[in-house]
Amino acid sequence: MQEVTRDALLNKALELLKNGTVDRVLGYRVGEFSYDVTPAVFENEDALKKDFCWNSFCGANFSKYLISETAKTEKKLLVFLKPCDSYSFNQLLTEHRFDREKVYAVGVPCGGMLSGKDLREKVESVSDVSVNGDKVTVKTLFDGDLEFDFETLLSDRCKNCKSKKHVAYDELLGEDGEVLDSHRFDEVERLEQMTPDERFAFWQGELSRCIRCNACRDVCPACTCEKCVFDNPNSGVQNKAAADSFEEKMFHIIRAFHVAGRCTDCGECSRVCPQHIPLHLLNRKFIKDINSFYGDYQAGAEVGSRAPIVNYTTDDPEPSEAVERGHGNA
Amino acid sequence: MQVNEYKPLIVAFCCNWCSYAGADLAGNNRLNYPADVKIIRVPCSCRVNPMFILRAFQRGADGVILCGCHPGDCHYTSGNYYTRRRMALLFSMLDYLGIEKERTRVEWVSAAEGAKFAATMNDFVETVAALGENKRLEDLRCKK
Repeated sequence: MQEVTRDALLNKALELLKNGTVDRVLGYRVGEFSYDVTPAVFENEDALKKDFCWNSFCGANFSKYLISETAKTEKKLLVFLKPCDSYSFNQLLTEHRFDREKVYAVGVPCGGMLSGKDLREKVESVSDVSVNGDKVTVKTLFDGDLEFDFETLLSDRCKNCKSKKHVAYDELLGEDGEVLDSHRFDEVERLEQMTPDERFAFWQGELSRCIRCNACRDVCPACTCEKCVFDNPNSGVQNKAAADSFEEKMFHIIRAFHVAGRCTDCGECSRVCPQHIPLHLLNRKFIKDINSFYGDYQAGAEVGSRAPIVNYTTDDPEPSEAVERGHGNA
Repeated sequence: MQVNEYKPLIVAFCCNWCSYAGADLAGNNRLNYPADVKIIRVPCSCRVNPMFILRAFQRGADGVILCGCHPGDCHYTSGNYYTRRRMALLFSMLDYLGIEKERTRVEWVSAAEGAKFAATMNDFVETVAALGENKRLEDLRCKK
């Protein structure tokens, strides 16, 4: 259940449009069903009133859209940021990827988001979803109305939410939360406890499903290179599914490596993966290692912080010790 | 004569200023190290991108070793400090995916350490030979 209603967001957007603070609004647009909302830019009040939407399926991270949306126009853009989006917002500012002056950020509290993808895995022929407090009512075409607890349908990344606190905004709707003491590394630790053979089998199984759609790369707010290494036709990388098991491993290791130290752990990669690969576990491994080798670091917590991978100290652990320490044995 | 004795293929990335000179010194001093080690000279150990290491495995390497100047002695002041962080993270990730951690190594070898270079390579070749062929990061398309 979201603390702030659609109307509160809509009224704020209309007010800011009317008083000239902003010229455009980046928000969620209703889709065919209530669970397939899409990010969209609204240019005027009529479009807003007609299609603007805010519900428990508005999981997409808006920060990455700011790069393209602020680059092509001088107009000022209103953006609604959930706490996890605000970390990416700061990280992109740190990297000078968009112009802060062109953006008016309104922080919106988030009660955790549901995942349309997961819902359709659980329930067939969903026609409508409504959330009332802790209960979710799912209307289906053939099975009638089904009721679920909000918690059970919560998307994976929201179950391990790292923070309900906004780290960047111009204005805040509702109450700001706290940085949470999450258990997001539990799954990584479980994998670390396995034997190498088990881990290899686990990742082989997960990564072999990859169809190389590049959705994880395209949605990632840290992956913002205009020319990606994987798009280079001379790189020898096969941009297609199941070319070889090596390709899958290389793609996912390098993808995660390229955002190591800059990944804010927003979980978008796993959210968009059509093959349900737990990609966030790769990113979290890097975050966990960085925290244990070089001290706690949260990308995007503040603007201008130096990512650990472009920094060093003279007494860093040696790579030979790193593997042992990565298991939490040191 | 054993014809089918298994010989690992080792790729060694050596920095131009220390380790490559160290390898040279090992040669000048007539120290033995296995011919299975193929040295690739790089301007600095931090020139080595994680992709280089994965590529080496793809193209048939059984082990990859990266040699650079001792921390603090980098010709470019700080290159090897960055290498140290990157490789620590990369190796930890390879281990996380279940790839044998003995196949990758970073060693700091100075230009004066010909003996260390030879000893390191002997030891590494022995370790990798004991592991056998690289199966977990092989690319079947690259097999001869």
